[in-house]
Amino acid sequence: MKPEALARDWPRDIYDVFKQVAIEQISYVPDAGHTQLIKDCEADDAISTVSLTSEEEGVAMLAGTWLGGKRGALLMQSSGVGNCINTLSIIQECRFPLLMIVTMRGEWGEFNPWQLPMGQATPQTLEHAGVIVQRVDHKEDVRDVVHAAAVMTFSSNRPIAVLLGQRLIGFKDWSK
Amino acid sequence: MPSRNQATMDRRAVIAAMLAGRKDALIVAGLGSTCYDAGTADHPNTFYLWGGMGSAAMVGLGLALAQPSRRVVVITGDGEMLMGLGAFATIGAKSPRNLALIVIDNEHYSETGMQPTHTHRGVSLAGIATACSFPSAETIYTEQELAATIPDLFGGSALMFRDVKVDMKRYPMSIRMRDGAHIKNRFRENLLGQKAFD
Repeated sequence: MKPEALARDWPRDIYDVFKQVAIEQISYVPDAGHTQLIKDCEADDAISTVSLTSEEEGVAMLAGTWLGGKRGALLMQSSGVGNCINTLSIIQECRFPLLMIVTMRGEWGEFNPWQLPMGQATPQTLEHAGVIVQRVDHKEDVRDVVHAAAVMTFSSNRPIAVLLGQRLIGFKDWSK
Repeated sequence: MPSRNQATMDRRAVIAAMLAGRKDALIVAGLGSTCYDAGTADHPNTFYLWGGMGSAAMVGLGLALAQPSRRVVVITGDGEMLMGLGAFATIGAKSPRNLALIVIDNEHYSETGMQPTHTHRGVSLAGIATACSFPSAETIYTEQELAATIPDLFGGSALMFRDVKVDMKRYPMSIRMRDGAHIKNRFRENLLGQKAFD
């Protein structure tokens, strides 16, 4: 295995946690950092995947998922966090669980200044909307943090976002 | 110019006809007047949204995917649906066969002072649904058309959209149950039994 492939093993860790905690529905707005995880979920017949036009659709969808007795997760980039704010009021008022896996932009080594406003505001925005925020910056922590978040959201009926730091995902090469 | 069809149906008569034909369908009611309408015949198989405008259709999608053997019907308003138009594309692309979307369309925002919505200005929600790959999408103007479509909406096995045109009459809130956690827990316990609390 090539070194860069090894360095990206953490998406597989997230997929393994999804299987361990019986996640059956994934909704997502794509992000480069989620490429492998989306592929793994789409290749799994036991996981239903839904591509969204905007992130708040996934918040609403996963409320329906839980109403129907299943567990799901929402994959997105930090730029989509702001889109979710009002829809998160459903999650808070009804005490729905919600597992959000958010790849960060607008921080560590960001080349695109337009990503900074939402990226820098992401943790506070989520917290103000009632979401518990946990963060990972090192690949060896991904499995434990995602697992702990999944266990906590589905046993407490409270929303949790795991922020995957841009340091973990790596620099986006803007020369390409 | 051909004249437009007139919206003459009464929203509460429309809802009464629908809920009488609901069978064991799971219903998601969107915020505002449709939530109050649905409350006129309360049932634990109904999940009422009092907020999150634009979310009803997507809550329905998640529920339909989680309960593939059950019919799921979303009943919402024109303003609520217009706020979440992306859901037409997302649902059309996924194409679940056990989901029906119904818009009770009075062409106005009745909760906020009866401002016209875009459906009053020629925007066709059925046209949008058709363009988003819904295999069945129609605008309903008469009691006869409504009666003919209710069995398929609540008992069929195809993705459907119906835009049901109603007049502008307003009714008082008919539902007092507002606590979201209670509405969710009641729905889940009725559907899942003890598993709701696992």
